[in-house]
Amino acid sequence: MLWDWNYTFEILPELARAALVTIEATLIGFILAATLGLALAILRMAKNPAISISATVFVEFIRSTPLLIQIFFLFFVFPHFGITLSGFTAGVLALGVHYGAYCSEVYRAGFENIPRSQWEAALALNLGIVDTFRSIIIPQAIPPVIPALGNYLIALFKETPLLSAIAVLELMQTAKILGSESFRYTEPITLVGLFFLVMSLVSAALVRLVETWLGRVGRRV
Amino acid sequence: MAILLAFAAGVVLASYAGFREFLPGLIEGAWVTVQITVLGAMLAVVAALIAALAKMYGPWPLRWLAIAYIEIFRGTSALVQLFWLFFVLPHFGIVLEPLTVAVLGLGLNVGAYGAEVVRGAIQAVPRGQWEASTALNMSRASALSRIILPQALVAMIPPWGNLFVELLKATALVSLITLGDLAFRAQQMNQTTLRTVDIFSIVLVIYLCLALVLSQSMRALERWAARGIARGRVA
Repeated sequence: MLWDWNYTFEILPELARAALVTIEATLIGFILAATLGLALAILRMAKNPAISISATVFVEFIRSTPLLIQIFFLFFVFPHFGITLSGFTAGVLALGVHYGAYCSEVYRAGFENIPRSQWEAALALNLGIVDTFRSIIIPQAIPPVIPALGNYLIALFKETPLLSAIAVLELMQTAKILGSESFRYTEPITLVGLFFLVMSLVSAALVRLVETWLGRVGRRV
Repeated sequence: MAILLAFAAGVVLASYAGFREFLPGLIEGAWVTVQITVLGAMLAVVAALIAALAKMYGPWPLRWLAIAYIEIFRGTSALVQLFWLFFVLPHFGIVLEPLTVAVLGLGLNVGAYGAEVVRGAIQAVPRGQWEASTALNMSRASALSRIILPQALVAMIPPWGNLFVELLKATALVSLITLGDLAFRAQQMNQTTLRTVDIFSIVLVIYLCLALVLSQSMRALERWAARGIARGRVA
């Protein structure tokens, strides 16, 4: 018997509860990534080379090392410096920082697409750096890059199973525990795969919808 | 940029006390990581080419198979795929070595992303090239293999470079299916010595160096492949 439907329905409620943890980690992680990414992108544009270079090195470093090791680093190494994080916090923080580095590149592309004249006009109107960013640059730079950010949201979502490595009870970890209890891995792991497949197909369709909607709004202006 | 990072990495490495103690074991793990990356990359390129060509030019059963492959592997997590191959396939009587699972899982995963890269690169070849091939009385197959693909291959090197770095980073996942790669060695050493800070810092630096070597070699390959190609379009 390759597939046991009774067992499937038995484990479904527990997997659904775990799916909530996965979604929670995704959303908190992405809010963190979007905010940190914006901050990093702005820091990389700083006139002071010490700031811009260290932001660039940070981004490159985060992007060239595996997320799993970064999760381990936050979870195992930080306690040595007196910062003890729970598995969930460390995992979400690592997801946020890792994808923040990716998002900063997206924002940077958005900023680079702003015509020079916008900066000059802001300068001519005697706007400060904060006002320039808040009222002139960011409102124009962000909307075109929202689809790219959406793709990273989906990518981040698909990386949440890594949190199982530090025993966060998200979907993958729950599936593994269910599998080891019953020695039936087929159902839990296949269900987890299906869940990710459906969720990412649906969200990819949503991103495409936003993309066409933004395209229409952009043309109207 | 790369020089800066390499310098920083060198400084970190040189200043470590635990460096001599842990490096030999970690290098052994890194060797497994390199093996999986290279084998996985080869599988990924082959899978991507086949899937992209099947999706674009295949008869409908092949096309649907290719679309299913691409969407399934892009739509689910790499870790879920590895676990599925490692834990579920044995129930169907197929028991694979962890190394095989790692190469198969990661290679097919990256191959699915690569298929879209290949498709994009083929579509980016100007239509005129197809039309000129038709004018020269070439068959579709020989136009594809002798005119279109050679041009598309050059265009797809930079995105493949990014995918290979993603693959290198994804190899850390194989530590979770009991394969003795760099990440696995690090955890093992961490459990026996508890010198967490040293070990994980060295591991991060090793991954960084591997990623730098990989991206620099891809850039060299890019320059090599682009030699002799006229930049811009002939008016």
